[in-house]
Amino acid sequence: MLGLGLLSIALMFVDHVTGWLDGTRAVMTVAVTPVIVIADLPRRSTRGLGELFSSRGNLRGRISQLESELILLRVKTEKMAALTVENNRLRGLLGSAAKLQDNVLVAELIGVNPDPEDQQVVIDKGSADNVYVGQPVLDARGLMGQVMEVSQFTSRVLLISDQTHSIPVQVMRSNLRLIAQGTGIDQQLELLHVNFTADIKVGDQLLSSGLGNRFPAGYPVGVVDRVDYEPGKPFAEVIARPSARLERTRHVLLVFTESRSPSANSDTGNSDGSSG
Amino acid sequence: MEAVADNRAGSTAIIALTMAAGMVLAVMPLPGSVPPELGYLRPDWVVMVLIYWIIALPHRVGIVTAWGTGLIVDVLLGSLLGQHALAYIVIAYVASSLYQRLRMFTVWQQALVVFAMLGMNRLIIFWTESIAGLAQWNMWYLLPAVSGALLWPVVFLMLRAMRRKLNVS
Repeated sequence: MLGLGLLSIALMFVDHVTGWLDGTRAVMTVAVTPVIVIADLPRRSTRGLGELFSSRGNLRGRISQLESELILLRVKTEKMAALTVENNRLRGLLGSAAKLQDNVLVAELIGVNPDPEDQQVVIDKGSADNVYVGQPVLDARGLMGQVMEVSQFTSRVLLISDQTHSIPVQVMRSNLRLIAQGTGIDQQLELLHVNFTADIKVGDQLLSSGLGNRFPAGYPVGVVDRVDYEPGKPFAEVIARPSARLERTRHVLLVFTESRSPSANSDTGNSDGSSG
Repeated sequence: MEAVADNRAGSTAIIALTMAAGMVLAVMPLPGSVPPELGYLRPDWVVMVLIYWIIALPHRVGIVTAWGTGLIVDVLLGSLLGQHALAYIVIAYVASSLYQRLRMFTVWQQALVVFAMLGMNRLIIFWTESIAGLAQWNMWYLLPAVSGALLWPVVFLMLRAMRRKLNVS
């Protein structure tokens, strides 16, 4: 037992300090994937049952609601395509490089870390789809997190609400640049080092600032919920609510920033709505 | 059905299957309507299954099995490789030292010992996580030991029924 105990401690040390064991872990994760899939079945089938028992009227109503949402979104993306072209033209006039389209890949949430303290989820795309460590993940409403571990068919995503995660943000209204740190508490991000004189108030939208080159700029991150000035503390306490649904979302998007691309046989699209 | 476990391979398969079931329960997501804090009540199913098999078949399931299982759980939960492995071999050591006495106890007396072992499991995991700088203490950390101890009779009786019916040895 002592031998195995020492081996375990050695393994933990290596895993924590270096990345040498990542390959081993990735291979073992493939073997363990069926467990995750089976554990997800009840949640998946209750969704399916819900749909089975819906009346045709309900389903038809839902379909027409989605169709009208789709038309509105299509119109918006057409407009956005035009704006992107104009933006690139203006950037060209100023001598700046044009902004490229980000490729996106749709994935589904198949698991949630059972520890309530760790905000991590598992998605069903992996290295077979060219997912890479550090890749940004978002859902329909905003940035969710980044990929922290990749195995062949699944990946583990660290959410922005996790205590160990920080994301550089920008207040949309005042262009103030701040850092949003996860607190481990659902629906709460803490903005760090906010001066008492900073121009920030409840309801302000936070977008990713793109600083640090980890997350693409301009994606929604959250909305400011609370601004507290406590005398005696060096900074104001500002709490924001994430825009993304985080653990409760079903589908997520993986963003392939400029130099990377998803594998050829994946179902991909461009972030402006066109595909291919 | 009785013939399934009459050979060694069949028994191994059944033991592995119960461990896998424990792992599935360990990662099963809570339904969306339930507050995530309820996750603190989730017992350590894999440890309980491991303890049962060590008590029932100490010559089949021992420290090495515990170590392997711990490694698999580490991969499943995304924790540091070796973290759960270390905790599991300590539990396995205690369980295999006490198995004769544990067999004599009633289910509820066993539950008390299981509570201590589950608590030890949580403490070792917390200790290794805090050395790695990954965890802070909160008062709910030992809750799984409580829920595990309360559910022990169910687990014990079910696994024992399975062992007897399928003649696992």
